[in-house]
Amino acid sequence: MFPLVLVLAAVAGGTVLGAAALASARWPYRSPGAAILLWQALGLSWGLAAVGALAALGAVPGRHGVAGGALSGAATAIRSAALGFGTPTLMAAARLAVLAASAALFALLVWVLLAASAAVLVARRRHRILLSLLAHGDPKVPGALVVDHPAAAAYCVPGLRSRIVISAGTLDLLDSAELAAVLAHERAHLRARHDLVLLPFSALGRAFPRARLACQAHVTVALLVEMLADDRALRHRPARELATALLRVGASCAGLAPAGALAAGGTADAEVAARVARLLTPQARLPLHVQALVCCTAALLVAVPVTLLLFSF
Amino acid sequence: MTPVNRLGELERAIMDVLWDSTEPLTVRQVGLRLTNRDLAHTTVMTVLDRLAKKGFARRQRDGRAWRYQAAANREAYVTELMLHALDQTGDRSAALASFARRVSDSEAEVLRRALESIGELPRD
Repeated sequence: MFPLVLVLAAVAGGTVLGAAALASARWPYRSPGAAILLWQALGLSWGLAAVGALAALGAVPGRHGVAGGALSGAATAIRSAALGFGTPTLMAAARLAVLAASAALFALLVWVLLAASAAVLVARRRHRILLSLLAHGDPKVPGALVVDHPAAAAYCVPGLRSRIVISAGTLDLLDSAELAAVLAHERAHLRARHDLVLLPFSALGRAFPRARLACQAHVTVALLVEMLADDRALRHRPARELATALLRVGASCAGLAPAGALAAGGTADAEVAARVARLLTPQARLPLHVQALVCCTAALLVAVPVTLLLFSF
Repeated sequence: MTPVNRLGELERAIMDVLWDSTEPLTVRQVGLRLTNRDLAHTTVMTVLDRLAKKGFARRQRDGRAWRYQAAANREAYVTELMLHALDQTGDRSAALASFARRVSDSEAEVLRRALESIGELPRD
């Protein structure tokens, strides 16, 4: 099983290096969809390879890949520890320790994801109840809810019963064309369930705030998701309306947040500017063959650890 | 209208009554202040009870009747909504998706200049 340990560890390390490179790359702005797919593949591949490398360290060779080998390895070790014969007890203890570490890492990742999903559902539920008590419709923004507050806010509450919310401040700030652009942007988020794309990255980033790469991944994917929604909105509205809407809402949001909160949350500075620049001076999308290459890389990243975990050679 | 929607509308109408009142109200008083006066006493009582359970209304004994009042005023709930929406807690919650995230003052200045260079003055 030792070569497998090396391969899986190399994949886990490679995904980390890849993620660091992708976080500072500029090509994702040209094809945010393909880049998001690559981010997802990097995350999934890293998790599988890291859990798998530990499992392979404690696995016995068998017909059912690393996963099967790890299970029979655990069974052998427990049996020999319980009966006091067979493989030396120290060996069995070491094997159990790495297998336990592998199981713990897997459980931790699953737990982080489940806990974040639960927190999101609770927060959205509370938000929807408050909206049902306070918000009202307005003919200027058909299909959206209006909250009477002077600050400029425009957002959506994703979910099965999704909502688009515009504050009274935004209604005053934007003209009707800009409002239509904002609605198109938010509808794109809701229709494509971008929140589900973002959830695992946000969960990891918040669970490990000290892990710079996890936070970077979250910030980067969040920006790419916004760009994706911008692109979808452009199918229905001119770029200029969306750009001026972004500039007005962005500029009016300043000064609301305390400086400390900005620094802690990872600043959004330059994000709005980057989106506007992209809208006003659009760059060509990546050529089709390059996009295909990105997708193949993503598929390969996931296929390698999955194959090693499930099949033997 | 579906029953769920109707219940939502009722909760909202009754909260409006509680918010507009300066003093705690009995179920009967709430019923009288509703625009739709045809509601059964028990319906109003049920909705008030639900609102109390959800934490939006508070109730206290007054003789043989309960008196209800809003747990917090309307502005407090609007503020809660907006704080959540503007993401001022410092972490980027995945619960909502904002059109444009909050920016620093220097960044806002850059945005304002960009807006002017597009040829439109910001309407303040």
